[in-house]
Amino acid sequence: MGIVRTGPLLMLAAIFVTAALTVPVFLTTTNLTNLGFQASIVICLALGQLVVMVTRGIDLSVGSVVALSGVTGSLVADGSLSGGLPVVATIVLTGAAVGLVNGVVFVKGRIPHPFVVTLATFTIARGIALLLANGDPNTGMPHLVQELGAGTVGGFPIPMILVAVLAAITFVLLQRTQWGRWIYAIGASAEAARRTGIPVGRLLISAYVVCGVAAGFCGLIVAGRTNAGSPTAGNLYELDAIAAVIIGGASFAGGRGTVMNAVVGALMISVIRNSMDLMSIQAFWQLVVIGVIIVIAVEFDVLRGYLEDRTRVLRARGTL
Amino acid sequence: MPRSKNSSTGILEVVNASKNFGAVRALDGVDFALREREILALLGDNGAGKSTLVKVLSGIHTLDEGEVLIDSKRCRFHSSVDARAHGIETVYQDLALFDNLSPIANFYAGRELKKPSWLGCLGLLSEKRMKQNWAELADQLKVNIPEPSEPLALMSGGQRQAVAVARAVAFASRFVILDEPTAALGVRESGQVLELISRLPSAGVSVILISHNLEHVMQVADRAVVLRQGKKIGEVEATPENRTQMVSMIVG
Repeated sequence: MGIVRTGPLLMLAAIFVTAALTVPVFLTTTNLTNLGFQASIVICLALGQLVVMVTRGIDLSVGSVVALSGVTGSLVADGSLSGGLPVVATIVLTGAAVGLVNGVVFVKGRIPHPFVVTLATFTIARGIALLLANGDPNTGMPHLVQELGAGTVGGFPIPMILVAVLAAITFVLLQRTQWGRWIYAIGASAEAARRTGIPVGRLLISAYVVCGVAAGFCGLIVAGRTNAGSPTAGNLYELDAIAAVIIGGASFAGGRGTVMNAVVGALMISVIRNSMDLMSIQAFWQLVVIGVIIVIAVEFDVLRGYLEDRTRVLRARGTL
Repeated sequence: MPRSKNSSTGILEVVNASKNFGAVRALDGVDFALREREILALLGDNGAGKSTLVKVLSGIHTLDEGEVLIDSKRCRFHSSVDARAHGIETVYQDLALFDNLSPIANFYAGRELKKPSWLGCLGLLSEKRMKQNWAELADQLKVNIPEPSEPLALMSGGQRQAVAVARAVAFASRFVILDEPTAALGVRESGQVLELISRLPSAGVSVILISHNLEHVMQVADRAVVLRQGKKIGEVEATPENRTQMVSMIVG
């Protein structure tokens, strides 16, 4: 069963080595720094997406949240408060607010699947972002936001440090707290969780809030990097996030997935995109390649289920 | 329905219980009483109302009419948490287990031990303490799970059943309800679970056992209550002499 846990890491290593050997400028400092900036965006979204996907959910709205939170942040930045912290808080809280709406509508509205709810907020958040910004990017972010999105410390991208901290927090939440244990339990069987006395509704809402906060932080990075709140930012980001989590071994059936492997999945996507960019391969091919990798990852999930069944049967027979 | 006034009243009584699901009358004026340290079997064919009764007693469903009394006091359960607060633990037919978690995590599901309690569910899990406690309890209950930290998905039917029963037994202060605890098990595994059940009364726990298997019922139960189409048909001592009577009451 070990292959299931380390499989994504081995795959990432293979892709990284291939890129290093075949793409001439891949290993240059400039490119690796650039790769770090790109990857931090995907990792950030994947962390939040992981939490909802473990509960057997999905959040399609995160790309739109990146746009909306950047725009709300830029509105605060335009005003008299230019200290940075209020802008950061606004951006992150916008994400949390959309997450809260997702969770509450999904749970309290007794909607059978979060797909529909987050599809709605996917267009609503984008629409509000366009309305608030009149369709154009609002340029000019405070220094703090620019540093968080585009700064470096000794050549190392600051957003990577930010994302590493977020990953550590997500890891502790999922693996070390009762909340995390319950999130996994709900993903395996919401009905069993209810019978065990776990407050399923509140937990699900909190999962979408966590995902919204992660999307808010991603909005912060994007706003800092582009020095603007753009209503068209984050387009299709949700697909990369979902793909990263799936490639990292999580299951659409819920209950599975780790922070480590979600980060690995996000890195895989970033390395593929980056190296194909460097090789001047048409962007359209990136879509094809990532699609193929998703299919392979899902096939791994099916294979794992099969192996588990076999193990159980063999053990019951006493032959293992 | 005749209301039998038994000389020894039970500590858990169900009085005139009725429950409808749309046009279907799942329970129709059912009465019975569970006495202290007794193993009471609930018998009946499919659709007789056994599972509905179990769900009422474990707080999943509420009754349309009638009531549940514990120590002659009226109780109304709005959730499984309420039922547990009254000392009732249930082992469901589908076990209500989590395949992706370890047996230990399943055992503690919903009542994990954690360090700073003021943090609520953000408290850190005390994995070490849970592991130690599990080891002691598994030893006491003679439950043998060779690798209690691996996901439950890899365990056999008997091991899963053992985890579910151990969880109920360990946390039940007064009552355990078991819905078909031996249905999915082989002969040897059934024997182990039945032995576990038969030890419960001596630990002060009263048991309601639902089973299709009359052999198992006669082996461990004191009395049997028979339901058919939501009604109580009768009640007999669960002895081999009464076997034919039980069968005829079940099939009607």
